[in-house]
Amino acid sequence: MSDDTQDDLDLRSLNDEELAEQIGDDLYDGLKDEVVEGVGILLERGWDPNRILNDALMPGMDIVGDDFRDGILFVPEVLLAANAMKAAMEVLRPLLVETGAPKIGKMVIGTVKGDIHDIGKNLVAMMMEGAGFEVVNLGINVDADQFLAAIDEHQPDILGMSALLTTTMPYMKTVIEALDRKGVRDDIVVLVGGAPLNADFAKAIGADAYCKDAAVAVETAREFMKRRHNMPAS
Amino acid sequence: MSRIPLADLMEERGWLLADGATGTNLFMKGLESGYPPELWNDEKPDVIRWLHQGFVDAGSDIILTNTFGGNRFRLKLHEAHARVRELNEKAAKIAGEIAEKADRPVVVAGSVGPTGEIFQPAGTLAMEEGVEGFAEQIAALAEGGVDVIWIETMSAREEVEAAVRAARQAAPDLPVVVTMSFDTAGRTMMGIRPADLAALAGELDLYAFGANCGTGAPDLLASVLEMTEAAPDAIVVAKANAGVPEFVDGDIVYSGTVELAGAYARMARDAGARIIGGCCGNTFEHVAAMHRALQGYEPGQRPTLEQVVEKLGPLQQETGHKCAHGHHHGGNGDDDGSGRGGRRRRRRRR
Repeated sequence: MSDDTQDDLDLRSLNDEELAEQIGDDLYDGLKDEVVEGVGILLERGWDPNRILNDALMPGMDIVGDDFRDGILFVPEVLLAANAMKAAMEVLRPLLVETGAPKIGKMVIGTVKGDIHDIGKNLVAMMMEGAGFEVVNLGINVDADQFLAAIDEHQPDILGMSALLTTTMPYMKTVIEALDRKGVRDDIVVLVGGAPLNADFAKAIGADAYCKDAAVAVETAREFMKRRHNMPAS
Repeated sequence: MSRIPLADLMEERGWLLADGATGTNLFMKGLESGYPPELWNDEKPDVIRWLHQGFVDAGSDIILTNTFGGNRFRLKLHEAHARVRELNEKAAKIAGEIAEKADRPVVVAGSVGPTGEIFQPAGTLAMEEGVEGFAEQIAALAEGGVDVIWIETMSAREEVEAAVRAARQAAPDLPVVVTMSFDTAGRTMMGIRPADLAALAGELDLYAFGANCGTGAPDLLASVLEMTEAAPDAIVVAKANAGVPEFVDGDIVYSGTVELAGAYARMARDAGARIIGGCCGNTFEHVAAMHRALQGYEPGQRPTLEQVVEKLGPLQQETGHKCAHGHHHGGNGDDDGSGRGGRRRRRRRR
């Protein structure tokens, strides 16, 4: 901890604006208990859950995302921040449902068959949750049938696939072909990621976009959701 | 020819050539996407022999066993976690057999890859569990007769410590080499800098350390330069991928040409690396080109990053490397330790 540490800061002594900012900072530092406490205080003060999400939590997670993208934060710090965000969302989610806040989007995500790499995929899942998306995480070693079944059940806007091995990345194409055959490819945005991938690969296998990291995944997902919302109803 | 210790061979030669890709080459022999290559130590030992022989014929002084994913954590996915001992021992014996058939000394390195789990405190895997898992694999490699424990493609400091501790327990007489994958903004994905590994290597008393895999030769050499600067007398390893993977007609091919492999090898020597080889994408031809390039080569001047880029192509990573590449985040210098440039810090203490 650095010298400018402020010991025993009493969150209740802060006004609303300062507290919202402090929650963002604490989120950045991965201080789960403090984030949850701060959210609780704002709720007591009559803040709408949607406002807490948009004005306190999301700005904090956005900085985490930016700094991850820019190589300032790395996986351990992002995991801690995402854990704090998750804890805050556990408090807010039921309240958000009650207030009927608009859904930001839904994603089904998994690491493809043969690949057990969890880390990057979980980071994406957590950052997406942090950005307000609903995420169904299918875990590792997910085959095409499991992806299709989950898409059928959850009707997501976005499918995320991850692979860390050159031996497993071609399987993404298998899944996309299966989507095609089932006639659901055009209903869903397919984002792919993983260390050995690149944009050319994503294009070659027919994905909608390659996401270099979790922060880019969130940006890209938001972008596609905007386009979706702009599409005329069929 | 009978086997001699890695250190003796290094003393005699001054530099050594390692091997190339395992997965890439096994693909060409029909390995299917998602199938664990380690099972082929049992099912297709002839293919593994072919792999090692190909590298020995190309000039490799060090060959790595086909055991990268041979720990219980990785094999569990394939319900093969009860076969750690068998698969690693078999792999070590196959490689040893090929090494002994060679007409010159060849060193067998027991490959130990990551668990795929995140260690505490950021993740869930406890240090003791990690050590136990690695020790199981390393004991079997030692039993099979490897000459050195070769811990590779690591990202986390805790995991390196666990694997090295396991090596000291399970194979106390063998030298240990550790290479990490610096694939994220000039660091590992867990934030470890090349210079951090150089410092850690001293603490852990490693025989050699370095970089493998990652995002192509230019980025890897940037990491090597950082390590040889931090530890000029150390034995540093460079094992770069052959460019970046591209997907052509349903197959993964690497952009790095055989010609570039030779240029990369010489530049790695110039940068101070003493064990040079390739990682993903490197075929026998790539390694043979490295061999031709290094044979009789007198290392030249230490290259700058600009010279690396000029010769081998652009960096893939946007990093804090000191070069005219991309934008620089305020305060993301190499010396501030925290690396978190410019953000307002107001951390609370409990």
